Amino acid sequence: MLKNDHEKSHKTNIMKNWPLFEIFIRSKNGLDHRHVGSLHAADAHMALENARDVYTRRQEGVSIWVVESKDITASDPSESGAFFEPAEDKIYRHPTFYELPEALKHM
Amino acid sequence: MTDNKNLLDFLLIHADTGNIIGHRLGEWCGHGPVLEQDLAMTNFALDHLGRARLLYQYAGEVGGNSKTEDDLAFLRHEYEYKNLLLAEFSNTDFAHTVARQFFLDAYYIDLLEELIKSSDQKISQIASKSLKETSYHYKWSSEWLIRLGDGTEVSHSKMQTAVNQLWEFTGELFVLVESETYLANEGIIPSADTLSPKWKKRVKEIFSEATISIPDRKYQQTGGKSGNHTERLGYILADMQYMQRAFPGQKW
Repeated sequence: MLKNDHEKSHKTNIMKNWPLFEIFIRSKNGLDHRHVGSLHAADAHMALENARDVYTRRQEGVSIWVVESKDITASDPSESGAFFEPAEDKIYRHPTFYELPEALKHM
Repeated sequence: MTDNKNLLDFLLIHADTGNIIGHRLGEWCGHGPVLEQDLAMTNFALDHLGRARLLYQYAGEVGGNSKTEDDLAFLRHEYEYKNLLLAEFSNTDFAHTVARQFFLDAYYIDLLEELIKSSDQKISQIASKSLKETSYHYKWSSEWLIRLGDGTEVSHSKMQTAVNQLWEFTGELFVLVESETYLANEGIIPSADTLSPKWKKRVKEIFSEATISIPDRKYQQTGGKSGNHTERLGYILADMQYMQRAFPGQKW
């Protein structure tokens, strides 16, 4: 094998062996954690440090969560009709029929 | 030597170390084993460079001959550079880089902690800013040393080889040069007796967790702090200083 090919296959191996983690970052106290991306790491501990180095270099966060991607159960896009469309014609579920007191801000 | 000269000497030892180790870590840019570590190492490079700048600026003030941080970094010769020999050691491979960083981080974490108490206010401020960075660097390098040392057969042997090769450059950390002895007596910097046992304890603990053995090699290289370097430094400076030498005063 050529050196480059060897390096390439070595890298693919790392990526195969290292599981994928999803990274969530809380940008400020009081705000929610938001999904910012994903990365590879050998374990959750390393994922946390990698996330620190990759995603918080510009002071983007005060807290990080990492979750192994395989532990996330996601809805199936092909079922999105059955899942989400029935809510479309039920506008009465939005709290838009109330008048808000003036003192209430940011709603 | 006068007070200022001793202080200047000490500032340059650590400014140069920061500058050179920053350069070495920067060499990993685009070559890291994985993207995440590529970024980690270049982050550290910038931490070290930032620290070097603060120290060079202060050295410029202390030196009193209106030298700027750039003059100090780009216009001094190899024999005027005072960085620790460890800093100039080539990256070689990831294991060597981890070992080099671990030896330095284990040294700086206690040195900086002590320097926060320094009677020199400026040094104390720089130390307290730097300690946060170094605490993370130490976490990174000690954890990688453990991962690789206590990893596979191949990673263990690479880690042990790196440790064996770098070992002879660690003695220098605790052999004080004249200026350091003076400053230690004045209470401006900690003595070698304060730092050396702490470093040894860290090495012992992490090595035992990493199943890495402490090399029994006794001979230790010194000289970096007084300007006697390995052949590696010349290449770094040639790279780093070329532009300022070729086009003096050139700015971005």
